[in-house]
Amino acid sequence: MRKIKEFFIEKLILICGLASIFFVVLIFLFLLKEGLSVFITVSPFKFLFGKSWYPISEPAQLGILPLIMGSLLVTLGAAVISVPIGVGCAIYIAEVAPLKLKEILKASIELLVAIPSVVLGFIGMVTLVPLIKNVFHLPTGLTALSGSIMLAFMAMPTIVSIAEDALYSVPKNYKEGALALGATRWQMIWRVMLPAASSGIVAAIMLGIGRVIGETMAVMMITGNSAVLPKSILVPVRTLTATIAAEMGEAVVGSEHYFALFSIGIVLFIISFAINVTADLFLHKRQ
Amino acid sequence: MRNPQRTEKIAFFFLLLSTLLIVVPVGLVVVIIIQKGLPAINWQFLSDMPRQGMRAGGIFPAIIGTLYLVSGAIVFALPIGLLAAIYLSEYARDNLLTRIIKLAIINLAGVPSVVYGLFGLALFVVFFKFGVSILSGSLTLGIMILPIIITSSREALESVPQTFREVSLSLGASKWQTIRYIVLPNAIPGILTGTILGLGRAAGETAPILFTVAAFYLPRLPGSIFDQVMALPYHLYVISTQVPNVDEKTRYGTAFVLLALVLTMNLAAIVIRYRFRKKKKW
Repeated sequence: MRKIKEFFIEKLILICGLASIFFVVLIFLFLLKEGLSVFITVSPFKFLFGKSWYPISEPAQLGILPLIMGSLLVTLGAAVISVPIGVGCAIYIAEVAPLKLKEILKASIELLVAIPSVVLGFIGMVTLVPLIKNVFHLPTGLTALSGSIMLAFMAMPTIVSIAEDALYSVPKNYKEGALALGATRWQMIWRVMLPAASSGIVAAIMLGIGRVIGETMAVMMITGNSAVLPKSILVPVRTLTATIAAEMGEAVVGSEHYFALFSIGIVLFIISFAINVTADLFLHKRQ
Repeated sequence: MRNPQRTEKIAFFFLLLSTLLIVVPVGLVVVIIIQKGLPAINWQFLSDMPRQGMRAGGIFPAIIGTLYLVSGAIVFALPIGLLAAIYLSEYARDNLLTRIIKLAIINLAGVPSVVYGLFGLALFVVFFKFGVSILSGSLTLGIMILPIIITSSREALESVPQTFREVSLSLGASKWQTIRYIVLPNAIPGILTGTILGLGRAAGETAPILFTVAAFYLPRLPGSIFDQVMALPYHLYVISTQVPNVDEKTRYGTAFVLLALVLTMNLAAIVIRYRFRKKKKW
C-alpha cells in the first residue's frame, strides 16, 4: 500500500517538475494560435517594417515599426543610464563596501525590485515628467527620455545583483595573487576581477535590458503613448508592451486588431526568449 | 594617472557615487509616498466604497480584490512550485532534461508581464471560457509567480545537508518519507520566504490582470470567483491616468496602501531569512 502511494507521489512530483516546460510551451502556442491569424491579411514583412500603426482605421494599417523603434529608443536610453551605474554599484557592494553597509545596500536594492511598476510610474508622473518638461522647455514631459530614466531604475537591481554574484564567484586566489604582487585594490578590481567576471557581467546587462523591454505599466504612464516614428529622445513614443496594454481593452475578440496585438506578443516573447537563453549561456560559460 | 593611489581614490569615489545614485532615489520614492500618502489614510479611506466616479470615498473593494487575487494565485502556484522544487532538488539527475527544465524556469521568469496578460486572456478567458474573472486573473498571476516559488524553494531544499538524508535513508526510511519528514521541515523557512516574495510580486503586478480580471470601477464586493474585481495596482493606474480631477491625496493614499502592502511582505521575507540564517545549526 505504501509503495503504491509513494509511486503516485513520485509521479506527481515528476509532472510538476515538468510544469515549467509545459507552461512555456503553452504560452508560446497560445500566442501563435491567436497571433498568426493576422498574417492572413498582412505580410510578416509589412507587419514588422510598416511605418504606420492605425489599427482601427478602415482599412487597418498594422505596421509595428514605430512601436519597435519606440521600445528600442527607450531601452537604449535606459541601458546608457543603468549599465555604468549598475555595474559601478555592483563593484562597490562586492569589493569596496564594509560588511555592515553591504547588507544594508543589498536590502535596499531588494526593496527597489519590490516596488510595483505602477507605483514607479505614478511617482515618475508627478516628479520626473514635470521636471523634464521644465528643463528642456517641452510642450509635454511625457517623453522617451522620462521613460528611459524610470526604466533604468528597473534594470539596475537586476544588473547589480547578477553582476555582484559574478564578482563574488571569482576565485579568492585571483584576488590574493593580485594584491600580493603589490597591486592597489582598484588595479586588482580593474585588471583582474572585472575580466574574470566579464561573462557574468555581460549576462547581468542582458537580463537588465530584458527587464526594460518587457516593462509595461511605468512606460505606458510616462512615455506619452504616441505611435509615430520618434525623431529624438525628447518626443512622446509608444512601446510594444504599452501598445498591447493600452489597446487590448478596446479590441474585439477575434478582430484583426486583436490578432495584431497577439502578434506583438509573439515578437516580445521571442525577444525575451532570445535574451534569456543567451544570458544563460554567458552565465554557464563562467563555470 | 601615474599615481595608483590617487587613481584608486577617484575610482572608488565614482563607485560610491553610482551606488548613491541608486539608493538615494529609492529612498526618496518611499519617503515621498509615505509623506504625502499617510495623511490620506483613515478608516473611511480603507473601508469605504469609492464614490463619485472614484473621486471620493475609499478603496475597500480594490484592497479586497487584490487579496482575493493574491490568495488565488498562491493556492495554485505553491503546490506545483513546491513539488517542482522537490523534483529538481531530490530527483533530477544532471542531464539534458534537467537543463531544459532550468532553462524553462528562467524563461518563465523573463516573459514580459503583459505577455502573461495576453496568455491569460487567450487561455483562461477565451479558450476555457472562464470570462474576465477572479479565476482567470488568479491563474495568470499564479503561473507568473511560479518561477519565484520554484527557485527559492529549491534553494531552501538544497541547503539541507546531504548527511540528513543519508542518516534517514540508512535508518530504513523510504525516499519519500525522508523528503516528507526530514528535508521539508528543515526547508520551511526558505520556502516561506519564497512564497511571501511571490505574494508580493502578485500583489503589485498590473499588466497580467488588465484583461483577465481587473474592473475599472465596481463599487461592490465579488460574489463568486467568476466575478470581476477591482485591484489596487490597476486602481492606482486608473485614478492617475484615466480619470481627470482625482484628488492628489486619493492618488498618494492608494499608492501608499499598495506600497505598504508589498513592502511589508518583502520585509517579512527578509526578516524570516535573516533569522533562519542566524538559527541554522549546520
